[in-house]
Amino acid sequence: MKRFEGLEKLTGRTLFIDDLPLENCLWGATVRSPAARGTIRQVRVPNHLEGSGLVLVDHRDLPGPNVVSLITDDWPILAAETVRHRYEPVMLVAAESRAAARRAAAQIEVVVDPLPAALDFRQTPTAEQIQVGDDNVLKQLKIERGEVDEALAAAPIVVEGEYETGAQEHVYLEPQGMAAWLDGEVVVVHGSLQCPYYVESALTRALDLPAERVRVIQAATGGGFGGKEDFPSIVAIHAALLAIKAQRPIKLIYDRGEDMAATTKRHPAWIRHRTGLSEEGQILAHDIEVVLDGGAYVTLSPVVLSRGMIHAAGPYACDHVRIRGRAMMTNSVPFGAFRGFGAPQTLFAIERHMDVIAKQIGVDPVKLRRLNLLTDGQATATGQVIDDGTDRQQVLSRALDLSRFTYKRSQHTAFNAEHAYLRRGIGLACFFHGAGFTGSGERAMKSLLHVAGLADGRVEVLSASTEIGQGTTTIFTQIAADQLRLDPEQILIAQPDTWRVPDNGPTVASRTTMVVGRLIERACDNLRERVGLDAAATGTELQAALVAWHEEHPDEELLGSARYQQPPGIEWDDETYRGDAYSAYGWATYVAEVEVDLRTYTARVIDFVAVQEIGKVLNETLARGQIQGGVVQGIGWALLEECRWQEGGMANHQLTNYIIPTSDDVPSIRVAFLENPYPHGGQGAKGIGELPLDGPAPAIFNAVAAATGVDPRVLPLVPERLMELIEQ
Amino acid sequence: MADPMTALNLRINGEERRVLSPTHHTLLEVLREECSLTGTKHGCELGECGVCTVLVDGQPVLSCLVLAAEVEECAIETVEGMQRGNELHPLQSTFADLGAAQCGYCTPGILLTAQALIADNPQPSDGEIREALSGNLCRCTGYHKIIEAVRWAAALERGEADAKPPSEALYGSPLPRISPPSAQEEDPRQEKG
Repeated sequence: MKRFEGLEKLTGRTLFIDDLPLENCLWGATVRSPAARGTIRQVRVPNHLEGSGLVLVDHRDLPGPNVVSLITDDWPILAAETVRHRYEPVMLVAAESRAAARRAAAQIEVVVDPLPAALDFRQTPTAEQIQVGDDNVLKQLKIERGEVDEALAAAPIVVEGEYETGAQEHVYLEPQGMAAWLDGEVVVVHGSLQCPYYVESALTRALDLPAERVRVIQAATGGGFGGKEDFPSIVAIHAALLAIKAQRPIKLIYDRGEDMAATTKRHPAWIRHRTGLSEEGQILAHDIEVVLDGGAYVTLSPVVLSRGMIHAAGPYACDHVRIRGRAMMTNSVPFGAFRGFGAPQTLFAIERHMDVIAKQIGVDPVKLRRLNLLTDGQATATGQVIDDGTDRQQVLSRALDLSRFTYKRSQHTAFNAEHAYLRRGIGLACFFHGAGFTGSGERAMKSLLHVAGLADGRVEVLSASTEIGQGTTTIFTQIAADQLRLDPEQILIAQPDTWRVPDNGPTVASRTTMVVGRLIERACDNLRERVGLDAAATGTELQAALVAWHEEHPDEELLGSARYQQPPGIEWDDETYRGDAYSAYGWATYVAEVEVDLRTYTARVIDFVAVQEIGKVLNETLARGQIQGGVVQGIGWALLEECRWQEGGMANHQLTNYIIPTSDDVPSIRVAFLENPYPHGGQGAKGIGELPLDGPAPAIFNAVAAATGVDPRVLPLVPERLMELIEQ
Repeated sequence: MADPMTALNLRINGEERRVLSPTHHTLLEVLREECSLTGTKHGCELGECGVCTVLVDGQPVLSCLVLAAEVEECAIETVEGMQRGNELHPLQSTFADLGAAQCGYCTPGILLTAQALIADNPQPSDGEIREALSGNLCRCTGYHKIIEAVRWAAALERGEADAKPPSEALYGSPLPRISPPSAQEEDPRQEKG
């Protein structure tokens, strides 16, 4: 099936929030902190702006508590007495045009008395830098299984390694933006977002309003990648505050530079491995430490840390595992949700470490992985016994075959011996990604979904899951049409609007097709039952029954519903971090071939193979788009994308010197799926969205190591860093 | 203090328009604000991302970097003008078929850049397509579907009806259940290609 909303997007008719005509609206802009940490002495508004009709809002205008509701109540909506990071919002302005609002914001000066800032998450903070508890630790977790110290002491070989990854900016092409207006007593917020109910709960609390006086509607959204999971709550509250104060509609649209400087990014990470091995290379014990830079406020760091740690030991069997992790508070922009959610960082470390081990003990990296890959009946780090029937060895084999791994390796040896300045290498990464919320998250969420049978015989899916470019509306149409035996044209997908759709959870965690897709199937079954039909009913019979039902019940709503049910046999203990961390995992092996130019110290990916088992592939076009897009974002993270920090602020907050891959930078990317339908996922699917971000970086680093003989461990591998390694 | 205004005569998608706009307004601002043609997207305003690309006399131009007053005598084309009557432009239909528009924000700019490329070079190589599009950033697709769609549309424009690209992904057979590791992988004779 073709994309549901494709034609509108291709003819320029899709209205993103900046495109929405909004009569009589004012434009908002944000005044931000110039310092990483300090006490706000004064906010200087020039005399000519006072009384000029400009609308000004600060923390005193908040009806409710000054916190963005997320996990911990520490993230201010507008800084009051102190600031904890550069570009932290302090004041809002609204004016008659976008340009006037920006001009006014630029003239307002926030005067800050600086305090000592904690800028390096790897260093123990000094007494003056402590701002959270007595150690700046935002969250600490431990996963432990078996007797790690004994097993390490007894292991014939112990290999240690430290790995580091940098921040990554989402660069969704559409910057953050919201419109807000008052509809009588109701505050309406319309904008670019992933999770309408996150925004709703943040708004009701900040504005001290009941849910029936707040309405959140998603506009067409130009990419998210996690960046529109947490942050839109802030933009939404800001727009609403301005609308309330001005009593006029507001548009608050970030420009690119502001978006890159002020919004959340991928957590930087430092990871240390100590691995006990047998002579042959069997992993006997893991001792892993994971430290994340959480930035100025908690945001989602505890769950990012937990997902990162659960993936830290990789898709390998080991009976003695200890993973200690912490997220540190620093005075940089808060780090938040980004596709992969901690797993890309820890999987980079383990998969680079596997090659470091292979080299150190003289075992082939493929054999080392073969020896340790989980087989059914074996357990992950949290003690989850895997028995999904997927042959992970086969996933690896397919990737080796498609990439001609062994053949290429021998070719490269000859090529590198002859060529004056080019060096080629090939590397791989084996990995997994847990789909859906971690641990008890799905059970706690209790997602609810409806499908409405309409009087004209069509069916409308009422879901809070958002289309952000990944294809939600297409997949939902396809699932509902198949389940009810209707043509796709008979299915409507409601625009996510908290007044119309129930809360089936946020659009995150690769959960939409797998978890919400399954709810659609069950809600469709329920709808059919409600009109007295059984599962054998044809689409024509169903449509006739819907029409008849409405004739008998004029003006009533006919809903089929489903609430999340946990698949049987899933046990998780939040206290001990033991048990079934995810109900399903995607399994993958990625292979990268690189070419390093010794004149410029640039590494370029020249071929890429991505093989994965993700349950049933529901729509080949969409699935391939997710994989190729994720791989390219992963290539960017590995080689190009570096956030340069200056006193806690991103210095290169523009696309001129924060470089993302262009069409000229991408290699051939061959995508293959192996299918092992997952019985509890929508039409047999498992999650796919985040998996492709996990594999490229370690595969590329391993390929660079193979090409050059250097041992890269710090990401991104920009030319300056590669030069240092090669020159050493 | 009101901004000084200028009356402009613009030719947009073949239609003459008289527009009164602030003198300093860029072509992007005039298209979106004065003409309500919001298909052209607002991105970085610095010429970095390409989402505001339009055609001026057939050439791709970043409309955020051009003053509307500079293009008074020129033919301006935006995504709203791509359709030929009720027919989609071949680029629009190949992009739809291949799912080459994902979030859609970069799409109008990419379509116009590609239109200029095909008009100039009816049989572009993949390398030429990549180079032509390298000023238009996309964060969703990884570019491959876009490149294939452009190549296919160029073929359609040349009258080659059967140019649909081959199957998209390499499909595996259903994954075999537990089986021993492949014994052949170390043997280069097994390599195909």
